[in-house]
Amino acid sequence: MLEARKLSLDDRLRGATVEIPAGRVTAICGPNGAGKSTLVRLLAGVLTPTNGEALLDGTHLQDMKPRERAKAIGYLPQEPQIAWDLSVRNLVALGRLAHGGARGGTWQGPVDAALSALSLERFADRPVSTLSGGERARALLARVLAGEPRFIIADEPFGSLDLAHQASLARYLRDQAEAGRGVVVVVHDLGLAHNIADRVVLLKRGDVLADGPPEEALSPANLTAAFGIEGTWLGEPGERVLSVRAQ
Amino acid sequence: MNRPNLTLLACLLVAIPLSLIAGRAWIFGQEQGTALVIIADLRLPRALLAVTVGAGLGAAGAAMQGYLRNPLADPGLFGIAPGAALGAVLSFSFGYAASGWLLPIMALTGAGGAMALLALLAGRGGGIALFTLAGLMIASLAGALTSLVISLAPNPWALSEIVTWLMGALTDRSWADVALAAPLTLIGILVLIRAAPALDALTLGEDAARSMGVRMDRLLALLVVGVGLTIGSGVAVAGIISFVGLMVPHLVRPLTDRRPSSLIVPSALAGGLMVLVADSVLRGLPLVSELRLGIALSLIGAPFFLWLLLRLRRGGTLGLT
Repeated sequence: MLEARKLSLDDRLRGATVEIPAGRVTAICGPNGAGKSTLVRLLAGVLTPTNGEALLDGTHLQDMKPRERAKAIGYLPQEPQIAWDLSVRNLVALGRLAHGGARGGTWQGPVDAALSALSLERFADRPVSTLSGGERARALLARVLAGEPRFIIADEPFGSLDLAHQASLARYLRDQAEAGRGVVVVVHDLGLAHNIADRVVLLKRGDVLADGPPEEALSPANLTAAFGIEGTWLGEPGERVLSVRAQ
Repeated sequence: MNRPNLTLLACLLVAIPLSLIAGRAWIFGQEQGTALVIIADLRLPRALLAVTVGAGLGAAGAAMQGYLRNPLADPGLFGIAPGAALGAVLSFSFGYAASGWLLPIMALTGAGGAMALLALLAGRGGGIALFTLAGLMIASLAGALTSLVISLAPNPWALSEIVTWLMGALTDRSWADVALAAPLTLIGILVLIRAAPALDALTLGEDAARSMGVRMDRLLALLVVGVGLTIGSGVAVAGIISFVGLMVPHLVRPLTDRRPSSLIVPSALAGGLMVLVADSVLRGLPLVSELRLGIALSLIGAPFFLWLLLRLRRGGTLGLT
């Protein structure tokens, strides 16, 4: 279990308490500036909290060796960068770094598995600059999967993707949760969050406003409290669409 | 060893004996005894020193370009070479003639001072932007202090010594210089190789690298030590040689898979080859006095840099995505 206990960072996040279980997709939602990215970066161990604790199975992330933490928690940053024009296989193989990289011996297997999990086999030897946005997003997620982490944290992976690629990426994340991993996704699109998540954590101004199944956490009352909008959910669970009344 | 490395190593192994032949005095026209002296005492140490200095510049350039994720970065930009130069120039004011060891030791001290300052300023946060700014600041401070020392030179003789030395050359170097620079450069390159996996991770940005278990402060320390040893010892024995650290990684990058880690060793080999060839060619040129190596490489390097800028303007990627 990955936990945030009264986690704070300056005034960007103010005492957030969240539990991330394995085998579930948890969506982090909230308006701009609510502290979504800050929360997931603290949970990934990329930032150090000013107060409170980020814990993995009861151990402080700060007390863990960076490599041990990296083996357990895979993180896909918002607006990911790929500076050098690596081949897709070499990009994905970076996910084995905490395991010792090429020196770690068994990197080929997990890299091939990650490539195949995201249907990237036929791109494996292509330079990443030749990939489309959707393919690139998959390659970056494959890098995280290659590390075989127990928790996957993705900060707005859907941002730049068209609907078809959003759906397939959501499917891949779902598969990972079903394989027993804990999946945390920051999602801007509330409909998408509603439909892909088992649980939604709704943040507002650095605090947790609601935490529960999508039907509860994203209730119209909570949407009004967090975003100041009047919304109604249409459709059936799993195919929800948010209708927002014009102000 | 992979193919680019083997090819470069083979070229180097061919170039070293060839460089022993070339020079103002061609080796074949000499008596056997004279030829042996020329080779053993002058040309062999000079060739090995060229390879050492070039290898250090190439490896440091590859590492810095990887760290800054910028194919236009030159290791000379970050204060360590100017720091070493300042130390060396100071030694002239203290009477260089007094001891042949004073100059390299003061140059290494200058490099060490610049490294310590760089680590102090950019260390804790370990951010790349801070590192770049701190490096540029140290470079300009060291440059200003060097100018000050030059302007206060005790006599015209010292002034001319300083200016000539700053231009960078491998003329009249001895085995003592090789013994000083080669081990330090080798250690520096090994330190940079150790930093290489973290440089690969940095391809995906600082946040991703941290999440992959990279300690940015440790990476910075490895780079400061690695670049400090390679560049510092290079300046200590050869003065300022610019642009090799910029050019070599570029020329080598297309031969590799573009991971920063796969660039360091071939850049070291190619850097050694480039400086060795340049120095040998200059030695053979029929000029009144030998063209200084540092000047010659800058004359090649600056247009090369402009050509890279033009390529970037025309939409070239220089190995970036």
